[in-house]
Amino acid sequence: MEEKMMAESARLRHEYLRHDKKFPHVWCPGCGIGIVLGSLIRAIDSLGLDKDELVLASGIGCSGRLPVYVDFNTIHTTHGRALTFATGIKLANPSLTVMTVMGDGDATAIGGNHFIHAARRNLNLTAIIINNQIYGMTGGQYSPTTPYGSNSATSVYGHIEHAFSIAELAVTAGASYVARGTVYHVPALDKLIARGIEKEGFSVIEIMSNCHTQYGRRNKMPDPVTMMKWFRDQAVSVSRAAKMEAAELEGKFTIGILADRDKPSYTSEYQHIREQALHQEKKK
Amino acid sequence: MDDYWQRKKNLEKEGRKLYDQQIFRDWCKGCGICVSFCPRQVYQMDEFNKPVVVNADDCIGCRFCVFHCPDFAITIIRRFSDRRKKADHK
Repeated sequence: MEEKMMAESARLRHEYLRHDKKFPHVWCPGCGIGIVLGSLIRAIDSLGLDKDELVLASGIGCSGRLPVYVDFNTIHTTHGRALTFATGIKLANPSLTVMTVMGDGDATAIGGNHFIHAARRNLNLTAIIINNQIYGMTGGQYSPTTPYGSNSATSVYGHIEHAFSIAELAVTAGASYVARGTVYHVPALDKLIARGIEKEGFSVIEIMSNCHTQYGRRNKMPDPVTMMKWFRDQAVSVSRAAKMEAAELEGKFTIGILADRDKPSYTSEYQHIREQALHQEKKK
Repeated sequence: MDDYWQRKKNLEKEGRKLYDQQIFRDWCKGCGICVSFCPRQVYQMDEFNKPVVVNADDCIGCRFCVFHCPDFAITIIRRFSDRRKKADHK
């Protein structure tokens, strides 16, 4: 009865956030990572997973602070190596649900090779990539996902390189499930994350997040509200994008499920090989 | 206070669902997302640059502010006039 009288959001806060951590959290006012944290908690709650059966690994950066606040088995690892640690954990104990939280620089610049090879191997992991289009924590240097022509601390006359599309990179690299969401479309994001955790195989969820402190202020979007309105206007759903011309999609990005395919995952294949070997050993 | 209960009674007669907004000001950083995006202008910034509830009766319970608050500072609950009589409500 007590539970019914409590609001859903209050129940989630009490159940999943670590009580001994200092709140409010370290991120800037209005930072999208806080919204992603709430979305992740709701997705895990909707699946009814046990907190002790979950592992959340993260690298370095603003997003690396995320596992600190949630009450799962968490590990805060070296820069770009969240996926390698997660691979080790998953292979050591395949019954665990292993997730990683990475930033855009963490996943595609420093850990770029780990990312594409984890997707190619199709390990049964969930990678949540928070794409804020800049290196926020270190002072606003451009990252592999900084859009062409935008300003940053190391590209004050406009960025001359072209940006990665993380989700499309993951589709090509062979991930089982690839989705993209934004911090504006939160109810959709909850479902995308929940589906990604459920999915057997490597699932990538790229989340467009706002860094108004480092990226927005240099690009005429100085507050979180302007940036979130920008996400609202630039995001096009996959089904609508299929009907649009290429010229109309200039500068926009698609949201929704970009790939959802069934492939044998590394984890199940490895288990299969192991059983085969044990069987042959017994015959001798 | 009588005015409050009377107003609530009138609104409930119209068939409106009413909601209460709780803002945990210790966790709020005053980013302004709830104030700007609320479809019914329920919140307003006060002199400390943090939101206060000004139109609690207008809230439609969409929970946009709950989902988009990065600091977990907002809670929306249904407002029940006969809460004590019916404790097993949802």
